[in-house]
Amino acid sequence: MPEHGSEPASTPVFDPALPYRRSPQVALRPEPFGALAYHFGTRRLSFLKTPVLVTVVESLAGHADVHDALDRADVPTDLRHSYLAALRGLAEAGTIEPR
Amino acid sequence: MKLVDHFERGLAAPICLTWELTYACNLACVHCLSSSGRRDPAELSFDECRSFLDELQRMQVFYVNIGGGEPTVRPDFWELVEYATAHQVGVKFSTNGVRITPERARWIAASDYLDVQLSLDGATAEVNDAVRGAGSYDTARTAMRYLAEAGVRDFKISVVVTRANAGQLDAFAELADQHGAQLRLTRLRPAGRGADVWDELHPTATQQAQLYDWLVARGERVLTGDSFFHLNPLGASPLPGLNLCGAGRVVCLVDPVGDVYACPFAIHERFRAGNVRSPGGFARVWRDSPRFAEFRSPEAAGGCTGCAAADSCRGGCMAAKFFTGLPLSGPDPECALGHGEAALAAVTAGSAPRPSVDHSRRPVPVRIGGPTPDVAGRACDSSPLVGCGG
Repeated sequence: MPEHGSEPASTPVFDPALPYRRSPQVALRPEPFGALAYHFGTRRLSFLKTPVLVTVVESLAGHADVHDALDRADVPTDLRHSYLAALRGLAEAGTIEPR
Repeated sequence: MKLVDHFERGLAAPICLTWELTYACNLACVHCLSSSGRRDPAELSFDECRSFLDELQRMQVFYVNIGGGEPTVRPDFWELVEYATAHQVGVKFSTNGVRITPERARWIAASDYLDVQLSLDGATAEVNDAVRGAGSYDTARTAMRYLAEAGVRDFKISVVVTRANAGQLDAFAELADQHGAQLRLTRLRPAGRGADVWDELHPTATQQAQLYDWLVARGERVLTGDSFFHLNPLGASPLPGLNLCGAGRVVCLVDPVGDVYACPFAIHERFRAGNVRSPGGFARVWRDSPRFAEFRSPEAAGGCTGCAAADSCRGGCMAAKFFTGLPLSGPDPECALGHGEAALAAVTAGSAPRPSVDHSRRPVPVRIGGPTPDVAGRACDSSPLVGCGG
């Protein structure tokens, strides 16, 4: 069963007002629930649990900040909080990073 | 649908694929899951191995756990590792350390996407060698020293928890710390030759409870490969991990001749889904095999319906049940609530299925007088180390 290797190096505090991107060391594999994200550096596996979250993660690099990416992906207001929480988790795992 | 339900219905490709590269092994561990020893003459060729890795790249299987047998005794092993990591398939390989030289350790340290897992089943030579054979402790400790000296960070020290070493957990953790390594504990399964020693070597109920507490206290610092989710009913905190049986759903095993099984602990016809050499290759086996479809059906939940703890242990390990003669719908033989013991008592002696593949080296016949018999009747009957150089 999957195991991660080492903890990612120090991760800065997640700030959705900053520009982010998917880490270049991370590959996404489409799955029925969303996508599997694998970080080749830390060997960490993450799960993007909805297709919309996959869209957000893939589009981060093209937007001024995380809020912008969420707006463009039409994330409903009432779900915004949980999307930000998911993205914070992905930032802590090194799946996404400030750019 | 919850994520765990998606996992139980199966994914587009495995998350975790174990590839036993060869049945050849320089050791003859008493609990070997794959009954390894002799090389199988039909094992995948170098070209077939490369094609298989190409397929894993296409399917985005991000890493593969390579084992055996002892994978490093294959002369093309290091070349295959290079090929995999150059094609976006990371490698973690399990070894007893026999081929880890100072030079090789430096090569490993300089390689990307490569992890090493060293097997050690006792924190002392006495405990380790009783299971893994004379001299194997020294071999492993020497390899650990080389890896640490070469600067290989976070290599894994992989321990199968047994009745004999369950009291050495702190000593293992200390060994890992001393070497800048990570400790990995896994469960003794009654698979392969492990079926022959399981009764005497599997941890006692008291040891299981201590192990659970120890793992909860250590958290994610100790890896387990999700081995011990059957112990979750022992407390309120589930162990780190997916905590489900991934066999044929998110996990599978490819053996040295290309046969695909549901998991590394289930090398038996009952769990065989196909062969990577067949038309459509591994991808077709993974996606279309009726055997895997069976494991992914909602009815294939781990059994134990009616038990209040079934949600937390998810019925335990399918392979452990199978090879101890228990029904897959019943409790795990090491059920944390003790239901396994009663179930085992009801199994007719000798009725448990035997592994259907066995590459154990045969004992050398002893003859007094006369010519020395040529015991190596076929190339693969001789020591796997012959002709491998250094």
